[in-house]
Amino acid sequence: MDDIKTNLTKMTQPGQTESIKDSLTRPTKATHQDMMGKAISYLCIGMVSLLVLSILYFIATKGVATFTTNHASLLDFLTKKNWNPGMLDSHGHPQIGALPMIVTSFSVTVLAALVAAPFAIAVAVFMTEIAPQKGSKILQPVIELLVGIPSVVYGFIGLTIVVPVIRKFAGGTGFGILAGTIVLFVMILPTVASLCVDSIKAVPLYYRSASLALGATRWQTIYKVVLRAATPGIITAVIFGMARAFGEALAVQMVIGNAVIMPKGLISPASTLTSQLTTEIGNTTMGTLPNNALWSLALVLLLMSLVFNIVVRLIGKRGRIK
Amino acid sequence: MEKYSFEETNILKLSRKLAMETENLQVFYGANHAMFDASLQFPKNRITALIGASGSGKSTYLRCLNRMNDRISTVKGKIIYQDTDINQKSINVYEVRKHISMVFQRPNPFAKSIRENITFALKEHGIKDKEILAERVESSLRSAALWDEVKDDLDKSALALSGGQAQRLCIARSVAMQPDVLLLDEPASALDPISTAKIEETLQNLREKYTIIIVTHNMQQASRIADYTAFFHMGHVLEYDKTNNIFTNPKIKATEDYISGNFG
Amino acid sequence: MINAKQSDKVATGVIYSFVGIVILILVAILGYILVVGIPHISFNFLTQPAQSFKAGGGIRDQLFNSLYLLVLTLIISFPFALGSGIYLAEYAKQNWITSTIRTAIEVLSSLPSVVVGLFGYLLFVIKFNLGFSILAGAIALTFFNLPLLTRNIEESLASVSDLQRDAGLSLGLSNWRTITRIILPAALPGIITGIILSAGRVFGEAAALIYTAGQSAPTVDYANFNPMASDSFLNPMRPAETLAVHIWKVNTEGVTPDALSISAGASAVLIIVILLFNILARWAGKRIYRRMTATR
Repeated sequence: MDDIKTNLTKMTQPGQTESIKDSLTRPTKATHQDMMGKAISYLCIGMVSLLVLSILYFIATKGVATFTTNHASLLDFLTKKNWNPGMLDSHGHPQIGALPMIVTSFSVTVLAALVAAPFAIAVAVFMTEIAPQKGSKILQPVIELLVGIPSVVYGFIGLTIVVPVIRKFAGGTGFGILAGTIVLFVMILPTVASLCVDSIKAVPLYYRSASLALGATRWQTIYKVVLRAATPGIITAVIFGMARAFGEALAVQMVIGNAVIMPKGLISPASTLTSQLTTEIGNTTMGTLPNNALWSLALVLLLMSLVFNIVVRLIGKRGRIK
Repeated sequence: MEKYSFEETNILKLSRKLAMETENLQVFYGANHAMFDASLQFPKNRITALIGASGSGKSTYLRCLNRMNDRISTVKGKIIYQDTDINQKSINVYEVRKHISMVFQRPNPFAKSIRENITFALKEHGIKDKEILAERVESSLRSAALWDEVKDDLDKSALALSGGQAQRLCIARSVAMQPDVLLLDEPASALDPISTAKIEETLQNLREKYTIIIVTHNMQQASRIADYTAFFHMGHVLEYDKTNNIFTNPKIKATEDYISGNFG
Repeated sequence: MINAKQSDKVATGVIYSFVGIVILILVAILGYILVVGIPHISFNFLTQPAQSFKAGGGIRDQLFNSLYLLVLTLIISFPFALGSGIYLAEYAKQNWITSTIRTAIEVLSSLPSVVVGLFGYLLFVIKFNLGFSILAGAIALTFFNLPLLTRNIEESLASVSDLQRDAGLSLGLSNWRTITRIILPAALPGIITGIILSAGRVFGEAAALIYTAGQSAPTVDYANFNPMASDSFLNPMRPAETLAVHIWKVNTEGVTPDALSISAGASAVLIIVILLFNILARWAGKRIYRRMTATR
């Protein structure tokens, strides 16, 4: 219709048109900014990646030096019970049996997770299913605060309350796996609980409505539907808690007793990988066997943290396929 | 929905001055072929409407015109602007977008004051003179029919504006750049009828100076404001003609069915 | 056989009692630290240097060291976390490189802090010969802090609507300017909250520090503002025991007669500071958000 109507076209000088055309292919401040910005952010992520690689590399090379440079036996390291890397045993092999520490580390980790899991699940169910109002108002901030309490404070409380109480009621020194378990349980509880809350919250609401509509009680719904659906998330939460417990150093070191012997029970002094590392690394000389043996302990810690990571990933993948 | 042939098309070729055109534009989202051989010519200083059902590819097509779809899809074919194919790697997309600006479906003012919303990009592009900036603020707000409503509140947050005002601010923000072409992606779809009417009025004011390409799902809107209309269906442009012809005498069955409300 | 109704009641009861126990534990911990610790906090306690072999020592140097270390850590870690967060949120394509990088960051965040500390010890204290120093400690804490801060920044950036990116780009702004001038300001409340919360974690960390920043607090001159001077309180190359390390040390070495009251007081100070960080984080996040969205 208005094809015939002639142009009310904007007056463009020929020169200007030319310059627009040229500008389309010319780099400007914007393109330079973009290149620079890209370079900065790539550099940062590169540094972070390099950092992770070098941590893995350095700890690994230091950790295997015990077996490559000092020719100690890996089998001895994993299965023998005598830890005294400065001394040789009757066969002339260095005494680098790390089994007591490995066993103790796993014991406190697994026990703490076993105790923490039901409490964390109960708290999570309470916060999401039973009293979401109160839960988010009271429990949420408390849990957030507890996540933030430094581990030395937990260790201090363990040392001044948990250890004396165990000593009084169970005898012995009070130091040991039990004290370590109790401290770690309280330490990982808030982390595990808040991750459980996330995974329960992720269960769609209609699962619950469907179950309740079929006449199931609230508990049946929670137990058979909600928790069932949230299981991968809950297991992930517990594994995160275990990873934290396994790697915790100072709080455990303060209550475990630091005796490198096979734990005889829950209330006899023992030593974890982390506690041995923190106590001894300053007392050994770089490059010697006793020092390298400690780096081997650090390598075990690092590998275990990778294992926890992989397990979490596997659960994530399986959970998604279902 | 009926199956329509994609072979049968009616695409108008223009002899008048063009603002831009596309030749065989194709868009892929990963392996998904979303736009097939779209060739359209946009006349200078006219309003062209792109209509079609949701998912017909009209918004995807529009976002290609100033290379906004680069981030999320692969675009093949030619987009010709200023005798240059701007769909090439060597093209400075930021310059392209200075001349071909875009307004989106949902108002997206910056979390800054009304004045800063307009001056922000101008300053970034090197306009420092306070008088020029003040002049641009006023003239762009006037052409977006917003000046009278906000002239006393220029330093208030743009997030306090109503949806319709915010959308007109977004139009003003684009206009202040003094682009050649203004792309609008369903600019009134999230707004009430009164705000919609104001937006349409704004577009009528702007047609004198700008080439406007607008995506709309509102056929009354297209027939009210557009000089030319293109009908999109499932990633194909089936018909492109003067708006009058499209709405009174469509040549393609799919267009006829769509405008008479049989689907979409 | 108990029926569904009864088991519902029993289960509810069990859950309530578990929750009750948890709350009891939490209240007991906080109560113990605050009740036992706060009486020890006095002006003297906060302003006197620590004593090794006699009672009555304060925590002046440790408190300052903790704060100084925190500031240095944030100064070092924030730019890297910001760059990495921008990469992950804005530039990362969905491919194997990105997923490898994400895995690497996850691994870093799950490493025990003692391992991170030992790496810092190995690299900076031994290899680069920095000795036990605030700088080595700050770098070790940076390693510890980076993954969480990076993820926080990434999430804050990603939560800004794509509409804002569209707006910037459609006006001819470069990607970088769109990110730094539009997306970043909009993500600021989340980022600030994340920084403050990470500050709380850094403030309480000890395991990564005992072999990097060291376990001694040499006397420093708080009037000497020359960071190059060896006795200046600002000298980043001096060893610096922090508050958290101090708590650990007086408890494990057991030579300080009033170790219990010092640790209780120091723990209370730690918790109060972290509590303040928490409150500050909530308040700052809300306030900045309000300032950005509402009228000025």
